Amino acid sequence: MKERQSSEEDPGETLKRTLRAQRQRQKKRLLGHSSAQESHVEEISTIQHHSEDEGSAEKAGDSGALSRPPTGSQRSLSGRQHSASSQHLDSFVTRRLEETLRAARSKGESLQQQEASLEPASRLQSLRDRDAVTRFDKIDPDRAGRHDDPLALKTRVTFREAARRTEKGLPTAEEAYNFFTLNFELEPQDGTEKERKKRKKQKKTTEKDSDEEGGVEEQEAAEVDEDNPDENVDQSEAAPLVRDEEEDLFVIEQSSRDFLEVKKAEYVGYRKRIQQESELLFTPSFRTVPTTIKLPEHMKPRYLEDEGLYVGERPKISLTNENILENRILKIEEGKKWFGDDGRIMALPDPIKESSTRPPLFHMEEDLDPALHTVYRKAVKSKYANLYIAGATDPEGDYQLDVDVSGLIFSHHPLFSREHVLGARLAQLYDQYLTRQHNNLTGHLTDKLKGLRRALRNIHEIHGGESLNQAMQRRISEYSLEVRNTRQLRDSEQEKDRTLLKHIVKLWKELKALRDFQKFTNTPYKLSLRRENVDRTLDEQEYEDEILAELMELEAEIEADYQKKFAEYKKQLQDWKLCVRKQKTKKKKRKKKKKGKAQDETEEEDEYQDVSESEGPVEEGPPKPEPPEKPDFESIEQQVREKASRIRRKPGESILIPELSASGNLTASELCPRSETARREDVTRRSLFVKILYNDKEVSRTDSRSLNTDFRVHFGQIFNLRIVNCPQSINLQVFEEIGSSCYLLAQVFVPVPEPSVVADRVSLEEFEFSSNQRVMFDHEGVGSDVPLSFEADGSNKQTLLTSGKLSCRVYWGSGEDGVALAPPVSQQRGGLHSGLSRLDAVTFIGASGLYDMKKIGEWATRSRLDPNDPKNASIMQLLKVATSGEVTAPEYFRLEQLQEEFNFVTDEELERSKRFRLLTLRNQEVAEFRNYKCVPSLEREVTDKVFQEYEKRLKEGEVVDTKEHLDSHRALVAKYLQKIRESVINRFLLAKHHYILSDLVVEEEIPSIGGAGPGILGLNLFKLAEPKRPLKPQRKARKKVTAQNLSDGDIKLLINIIRAYDIPIRRPQSNKPGQSSQCAIQGSDWLLSQVQVRPFVEVSFQRMVLQTTTADGPNPCWNEELQLPFSAPNGDYSAAVLQSVKDEVFINIFDEVVYETGVKDQDRAKSIHTRVEKHWLGSVKIPFSTIYSQSRIDGTFKVHTPAVLLGYSKERSYGTNGAYDTMRNLSEGAFITLFITIEPQLVPGESVREKIKELKFDSQEDERLLQASERFEREAAEGYPDRPCITTIIDLNGKTIFVTRYIRPLNPPKELLDASLDDPQETTALVARFVSLIPSLPDRVSFSGNCDLWSTCDQFLTLLAGDEEEHAVLLCNYFLFMGKKAWLIIGTAIPEGPTAYVLTFEQSRYLIWNPSSAQYYGQYDTFCPLQTIGCLVNADNVWFNIQEYTSPMTVSFDTTKANLWKPFFSRSFSHPGLSSVQPEQLVYRGTDKAAAAELQDRIEKILKEKIMEWRPRHPTRWNRYCTTTLKQFLPKLEVSGGQDMAEGHRHELQSLLGDNNISGFPLHMPFSEIRPIIEAVYSTGVHNVQASNVEFALAVYVHPYPNNVLSVWVYLASLVRT
Amino acid sequence: MATSNPSVFLLSVNGQIEGANFPEYDNLYCKYSFVYGHDWAPTSGLEEGITQITCKGSESSHKLIWNFPLETTFKSTNPSGWPQLVVSVYGPDVFGNDVVRGYGATHIPFTPGQHTRTIPMFVPEPTWRLQKFTSWLLGRRPEYTDPKVVAQGEGREVTRVCSQGFVTVSFHIITKDMKKLGYDTGPASLVNTQSATSGWSTEEQPYTME
Repeated sequence: MKERQSSEEDPGETLKRTLRAQRQRQKKRLLGHSSAQESHVEEISTIQHHSEDEGSAEKAGDSGALSRPPTGSQRSLSGRQHSASSQHLDSFVTRRLEETLRAARSKGESLQQQEASLEPASRLQSLRDRDAVTRFDKIDPDRAGRHDDPLALKTRVTFREAARRTEKGLPTAEEAYNFFTLNFELEPQDGTEKERKKRKKQKKTTEKDSDEEGGVEEQEAAEVDEDNPDENVDQSEAAPLVRDEEEDLFVIEQSSRDFLEVKKAEYVGYRKRIQQESELLFTPSFRTVPTTIKLPEHMKPRYLEDEGLYVGERPKISLTNENILENRILKIEEGKKWFGDDGRIMALPDPIKESSTRPPLFHMEEDLDPALHTVYRKAVKSKYANLYIAGATDPEGDYQLDVDVSGLIFSHHPLFSREHVLGARLAQLYDQYLTRQHNNLTGHLTDKLKGLRRALRNIHEIHGGESLNQAMQRRISEYSLEVRNTRQLRDSEQEKDRTLLKHIVKLWKELKALRDFQKFTNTPYKLSLRRENVDRTLDEQEYEDEILAELMELEAEIEADYQKKFAEYKKQLQDWKLCVRKQKTKKKKRKKKKKGKAQDETEEEDEYQDVSESEGPVEEGPPKPEPPEKPDFESIEQQVREKASRIRRKPGESILIPELSASGNLTASELCPRSETARREDVTRRSLFVKILYNDKEVSRTDSRSLNTDFRVHFGQIFNLRIVNCPQSINLQVFEEIGSSCYLLAQVFVPVPEPSVVADRVSLEEFEFSSNQRVMFDHEGVGSDVPLSFEADGSNKQTLLTSGKLSCRVYWGSGEDGVALAPPVSQQRGGLHSGLSRLDAVTFIGASGLYDMKKIGEWATRSRLDPNDPKNASIMQLLKVATSGEVTAPEYFRLEQLQEEFNFVTDEELERSKRFRLLTLRNQEVAEFRNYKCVPSLEREVTDKVFQEYEKRLKEGEVVDTKEHLDSHRALVAKYLQKIRESVINRFLLAKHHYILSDLVVEEEIPSIGGAGPGILGLNLFKLAEPKRPLKPQRKARKKVTAQNLSDGDIKLLINIIRAYDIPIRRPQSNKPGQSSQCAIQGSDWLLSQVQVRPFVEVSFQRMVLQTTTADGPNPCWNEELQLPFSAPNGDYSAAVLQSVKDEVFINIFDEVVYETGVKDQDRAKSIHTRVEKHWLGSVKIPFSTIYSQSRIDGTFKVHTPAVLLGYSKERSYGTNGAYDTMRNLSEGAFITLFITIEPQLVPGESVREKIKELKFDSQEDERLLQASERFEREAAEGYPDRPCITTIIDLNGKTIFVTRYIRPLNPPKELLDASLDDPQETTALVARFVSLIPSLPDRVSFSGNCDLWSTCDQFLTLLAGDEEEHAVLLCNYFLFMGKKAWLIIGTAIPEGPTAYVLTFEQSRYLIWNPSSAQYYGQYDTFCPLQTIGCLVNADNVWFNIQEYTSPMTVSFDTTKANLWKPFFSRSFSHPGLSSVQPEQLVYRGTDKAAAAELQDRIEKILKEKIMEWRPRHPTRWNRYCTTTLKQFLPKLEVSGGQDMAEGHRHELQSLLGDNNISGFPLHMPFSEIRPIIEAVYSTGVHNVQASNVEFALAVYVHPYPNNVLSVWVYLASLVRT
Repeated sequence: MATSNPSVFLLSVNGQIEGANFPEYDNLYCKYSFVYGHDWAPTSGLEEGITQITCKGSESSHKLIWNFPLETTFKSTNPSGWPQLVVSVYGPDVFGNDVVRGYGATHIPFTPGQHTRTIPMFVPEPTWRLQKFTSWLLGRRPEYTDPKVVAQGEGREVTRVCSQGFVTVSFHIITKDMKKLGYDTGPASLVNTQSATSGWSTEEQPYTME
């Protein structure tokens, strides 16, 4: 019942309610059909079945069909019977209920009572419901088809149910099911039909009577086949089960919340209930069912096992459970078929499924935090390697140590009685005696003595009285010495023997006395002395002989001694005499000597005394030595006799041989006094055992043996120890047990046997042990560590400690082949030492100790280095040397002392390795190898070629290549520049590896409130709500692309050519010189009648040329976009490389001229042959680096037109649009509007400047100044982010310098000032021109980094290269020298970007000078390239522009106004008086005209060659006449600065060349290198003229300026004869 | 090609980005790219890729599964600059902005055989709190200028990061000619015994026999 309860712990409230509703329904049905129950039972059951299926009553119709099982349904071994069974049960239950209902009615019971009795059914349902619910979610294939369950199985299932309920703790339904069903025989298919009948039968019978058994069986027998005889049993079985159920449900009811409801049940009277229950309940018997009942009648049990068949092991079931089960089964119909032939329940051998059917846990580990995942590590044996015997792990390496503990004997024990003490002592003495006897030392020595004497005598006899030679004499003396020693030894042995014997006898006497005294015997010892008679005369003879012999020897010895001494005496005497003679001279000295001598003498005489006892004490000081006394032989004999009588048995006395036996009888305990009895009892209580400890671990222990009265314990046990660890200690612990408590008595350490020791080679050894434990008793036991006296007066106390001997042996077990199972010698010897000796030297002393000789020595001794081992030779050598003191330990300390060991090759070899070198160079980012791909994997594959270029460059560093530079000075400068560049690059490489957050992380800036940024927070929020496609779209910034993930063809240059203004127009060709003026007059007519110019734009970049369509007129509008691909050098698209791309974009304007040529007469009307020529009109150059750093260039640029353009005139269209002209008047020349950008937009290289600030490059400026400038710049950047502000700059040495230090009046070359003294304006222009002639070289190009390095003016003039800042500074300084008011403008311009201009104040107007082009603009000039003015700098101060606008036109230059210009130095922070970094004065070198002329020739030659090279298919003819003419023009052009020469020029040419169609122009540029000149010439496209009769003219002029500044003019012309 | 004395060795990487474990986020996708040194060149396969967007399943383990195959072969002459797999995970935030959810990198395993790597992922932290708020609000979280930054050590000291989750990648590594060139990368039996972990985490290291 309890089980039931536990299985339905939680029937939900709701479920209950619904069930109750069902119950009501059922009740109604029951009532309604009560009259015709028989026919409706089936239906009821189906209904019940349905209510089980989630109570869906609608299915009632087909459920009937379901309950009828399909005949052909396979009887699968499934769990579906469960439901079916319950269904079946239900039918019984309901029937039962009906009965009770009727009974209740008749008895007039209340309705509630009925309900109570109904409860079980509904309860059952609830149960089943729950079951169904819980199992439905798991898709159980077995359960899925449970509806087509054959009815025939129901009975079994009922049984199963019952079993489940009774059996405790069956794990799952499935297991239980398998247990009971798997083995069952299948029922015949036609069982269903019978089943029906049976069921009906059953119902009838149950109605009649519920309790009969036999009767039913009989009935069944009559009706049903023998197949199912126990159907009835089932029925009767089922009913009680339900009753059982009912009971159970009551309990559940109580347990739940509706406790109050349960109370209703209490209305049932007790007796009633008993009565009811007795009808319902069935209690199976516990008793074993006799086999006869279980088996069919007249059948004997048959045991398969006995017949020799295999019978599996049955699952374990407790006997009672089995009995209950059997009893229950027997009640069921056909119950007998559950039993096998042997009368036992049929069962499978093992009901547990092999594989788990429980659904696997769902990826539990996946939920785990990966950090918490269980990591599987294979189990590894811990490697205390030195503790283990090598190879012990393999099966062959079994080592076996056998310990044989035989027994132990106490030599003293606290429980010893006095008698025991004596007895033990006696036994001990006897043992001693026995060993002595056994050894027989006395006899041995006696024999030896005899032998010696004989030998000695022989010698004497052989040689007689003859003089003995030296060897003989020595031999005799040796022999006699030996005899003496042996005699003495024998004497002492004899004495010992005798005393021992005496002691034994004495002890025995004491023992006897004690026994007499105490009147009982405790020990079995019994001593008997055996007398052995000897022949008296012989004995006497022997005795005498012995004495005689001894006497003789002694005499001889003494005699010899005497002789010796006497000789000595004589010698001394002589010495003494000698001394006496000397005494007279040195009295004092002599005295002392004598004293010394006397002392010597006494010593000798002392010795002598021992033997002869002749001499008394020697007098002190007598000068004369005494002669030795004659020995007294009489006394000697006496002595010898005395001794003999003491140590030897008297002659004739019989030999006494003691025999100790333990055969004596002990006095029985009853006869003993009380104290003795207590002692004896105590003894019997004691028992002993021995623990065997191996390596301090207990491995075994002997059996406990009780202590005998003789205090001997016999164990006789052998322990075989299988060992893995090296044996270190074997310890036997003796324990004494008293009752249940035991204590350690003693420990015995047994040595580890040698590996060769096996069982048959070792005998039992006795190991003594003792314990200092103090034990006292109140009985006869003497105790331990207690003083004990045997004397009557209590004197002569002894203290005895518990002690004894343990006899045992330890040996190695022997294997099958008799080989000892012992580990190899090297490993097992000396446990602790073995560990140490195998230690590595390094681990022992530690790496640092390797240089410490002392430690090495220590280690060597401790580890017992084998000096003969060749492996140790070096270390032994070292130690030898070290100990000899020649080498001392180094006194320094090494960090990497083992480094050498780790070097796999020597350093030299590593240096020689080409591959290593290649890798190193690449790592150093050397230019040649910076992006070297795929360094060969093998040394031999690295060719020397790889390094050639690099090595060449290294060599070239020294040699100046004049060919490239044409000018030795410039070559030197280039070299110098290169060096500076390298140093700067190195510096920046450092900076490049210094990262700031913005380099790595893109983070949206917090919008600054009110700033010029993306707007305040609110605005951004508003942005979120913005429409996706606004009507008025705003330009959005393109996404920037980092440069490194680009490749060739990814980058395109977009050039949008919009329009141009004031293109020079063609001048009509006229043969007469005068015509031109006429034309000019008739300008307007001509204008209308003829095409002025048909310009188009050609853009060339990296030799890639694209052009626009041709437009008409001097103010064309193209509005075309051109796309030019860009490829970076070496395919390296890193920012640093892109920045240093020197390529320029040439935007050339050409005039397209169409000539009609070669018109053929035959088909004049049909085809016209035309020739198209293009004439260069002007160009704009924009360096790529500018585009890259600016990312877009947008504006109108002045077209660089040649000073003279043959065939064209810069005619102005007078009067057409006057208003525009007024603006344009101020500036001359053509203009073009462009928009250039790079697609995709590249992120410009990070500014190194910022990084340098991060790095805090050293500076000589005051810290305060630096901080102020930093603050100033920061504030400027915050307030006006797009206005450049510079206060500090970096000089060529990388030091930070305040900008005002650069401004200082400096003298321009004297020649320039002298050139036109009268015209200051012209001088100004000339100075500006001079400055502009210094070649411009952007820093970012030269230093491959976006950094601004400012060189001072003298550096600038030496280098002859610099960017805008240097030009501006120089110009500004010149102007200041010339007395002008001048400032440096820091701002932005197109196309340069951030740049520096010069501002001058002249004649009440401000002029803005472009220092690189020598152009000046008025403040209100429309085409002024300067766009933004950030700040103004002069020598005293820096002013930052805080006005509303930045363009020059709208800016007021009045720096005194604090609201317009924010000064750096103000009253609060005054100018600290910074000295200038510029030199006081510039020194110029004079012009070198010869060099210029030479350069001129070379340039001309090179250009001519180039033009011919560019025209590979056409002959290039040079018009020499024209060339010379042009050559004459060029100096004039230089002088005039290219101004207003065109007219005269053209005339001159025209007159000279007559009817030639000339087009040509001079090019002018500062000279830096030859390459830009060639590029410029190429870009004009003059060489492209294809006409067959074309001639060329080329003239070059180099004008030298001071300090080697050169102005180069190239005049190009093409002539076509008309 | 003379196979007897090769001049390059080959590293073939097969595997897949199996999935990720980001407890807080959903609808993520992943970008991967290989980062390798100068001496390496991919010979076949994709160097970069982007996975589909995946949602979390409803089953108990809320794992994001991509099962995105990786298949690349590298050739090289030098083990220096051994390829690394850089993985970055993106997904929408509350407002639907695509934001980064994690960066991570791991070296391609050296030893031939099967390997599983769990890469801990992290994102850069905003520099200060207000920034954190605004970046959350505007959906513009701090990102690395280049995801490949996580494969290099230089300059990382300036960043602060916050760990996010884990990406699991499995590799099957085959090498060719490495031993011939003198690089012994592991036991000949191809049993993966041990390999370097990425970051701090204790990785699950299956002991698989090939």
